[in-house]
Amino acid sequence: MTSRCFERKLETMSCDERAALQGDRLRAVVARVYEHVPFYRRRLEQHGIHPDDIRSLSDLSRLPFTTKTDFREEYPFGLFAVPMSRVVRLHASSGTTGKPTVVGYTRRDIDLWARTCARTLACAGGSRNDVVQVAYGYGLFTGGLGMHYGGEKLGATVIPMSGGNTKRQIMLMQDFGTTLLCCTPSYALEIAEVATDMGVDMRKLKLRAGLFGAEPWSARMRQAIEERLGLQAFDIYGLSEVIGPGVSSECDAHCGLHVFEDHFYPEVIDPESGQPLPDGERGELVFTCLTKEALPLLRYRTRDITRLMRAPCPCGRTLVRMERVSGRTDDMLIIRGVNVFPSQIESVLLEIEGTEPHYLIVVDRRENMDELEIQVEVNERVFSDEVRGLEALRQKVASEIFSILGLTAKVTLVEPRSIERSQGKAKRVIDKRVL
Amino acid sequence: MTVRQISVFIENRAGRLEMIARLLGDAGINIRALSLADTSDFGILRLIVNRPADAEAMLRRHGFTLRMTEVVAVEVPDVPGGLAGVLSLLAAHQINVEYMYAFVEKTADKAVLVFRFNDSARAMDVLRGAGIRLLGEADILTK
Repeated sequence: MTSRCFERKLETMSCDERAALQGDRLRAVVARVYEHVPFYRRRLEQHGIHPDDIRSLSDLSRLPFTTKTDFREEYPFGLFAVPMSRVVRLHASSGTTGKPTVVGYTRRDIDLWARTCARTLACAGGSRNDVVQVAYGYGLFTGGLGMHYGGEKLGATVIPMSGGNTKRQIMLMQDFGTTLLCCTPSYALEIAEVATDMGVDMRKLKLRAGLFGAEPWSARMRQAIEERLGLQAFDIYGLSEVIGPGVSSECDAHCGLHVFEDHFYPEVIDPESGQPLPDGERGELVFTCLTKEALPLLRYRTRDITRLMRAPCPCGRTLVRMERVSGRTDDMLIIRGVNVFPSQIESVLLEIEGTEPHYLIVVDRRENMDELEIQVEVNERVFSDEVRGLEALRQKVASEIFSILGLTAKVTLVEPRSIERSQGKAKRVIDKRVL
Repeated sequence: MTVRQISVFIENRAGRLEMIARLLGDAGINIRALSLADTSDFGILRLIVNRPADAEAMLRRHGFTLRMTEVVAVEVPDVPGGLAGVLSLLAAHQINVEYMYAFVEKTADKAVLVFRFNDSARAMDVLRGAGIRLLGEADILTK
């Protein structure tokens, strides 16, 4: 079985040949960030590293990590390695507090991104003969535009639907003969539900494959999606800091996601010690962007937990595979595809209450949709003895959360001490979702 | 002349009201009047008790969120139209009532109206001016 590749030579080259390419690129990128990003120059100097010290891939582990906190401290453009006149696109995702994580692209980065997303679609068997319906959100989120450009680069026909408007999505799938669907796995299940209500048998449509990512899912969900939509499901992975979607993708062997490592070099480290782990061991995934111009990150800690597998894949690609992400090393939640840190909610409450807030985040999934509830303890600072005063408080918390996360939250006011405290540190999150 | 009222935040779940009533009872504190404002998730219990400071300290010690509020209590004849007379007076002076409740005295043919105004001082002037009797704590807490 040799499946379709978008860039066969780069995806199937020998590992030695690729390692040489990666080594060259690593040297170049370290020299480049040292020259153009004051943050990296400082960081490397603090670690006593000069770009000349980095000669091959084996020197990679000498480099310091980059973290989400660095994005916050360098907000908005401090990590960029090119002047803004060369940046043609910005995207953003959640930061750990109020400010978003901002990423930029040069014209060449946009082209690189389109190619890695085209590889992703080709991994799922996509070609110019396909009709690709992109139901990821378009906008600051990278999902929609990333897969859109990938589809066009591949030469396929792209339907830029964005998320929501499910009945219309289904109508166009029928009328336009959509063959590939790109969305979050929970939205795929929502489409199946709505189709059932509409009396549409999705298995009779031309849908052949689905590329699902941006949130955690399980083998059970995969099976349900495949049965109900009558398609083959592919797990795709990406994050905006690295580029967006198009970082790694499952092929039809379905045994892990091929990492496009000629551009995004992966390592797995022990999240406690920071030491690199041998292949096959689970730890935190770390990426170095070897070729990006605007935002070339060195050893960016994703906080996602996975392991790397180098055994040959029947598909013919020699690209290393990562196992489906099994968890996080931090407390980030993904709710309706949006990255949510409890600290973001905490900062909203701190602002409103003017004191250390006691709260509990409850996430549940009803009818395939994630629901976010924030339980807030009412203290004497915010307590009003009029109902409308408390309703206004509730409304204010909900609207502040909406403005920061873009998510509608149900805010419930609860009595003090009704939220469990364990060893002085409160348990902040209850995730009831069964994936 | 105002009366201290204790407002307590309670969740809308079984046993919360009972718990407060029992705590007060066990402490020998008598509830003279109460009102409960409720929504689907929470309620605000408003209490006038014979020993407000003791009740406040005790409930706070049990972790309740509460607030001491000054309310205005007036006495009206316990006859049809007693409440309407006071309300029309307030309306004529464009005084807003935030909330109110009432209770009846056992020993007299009087009713007591408890008001929370956004402008208590002006409301009290208007009520006094119309010859309506305002009650102090000495009048209603001595049971």
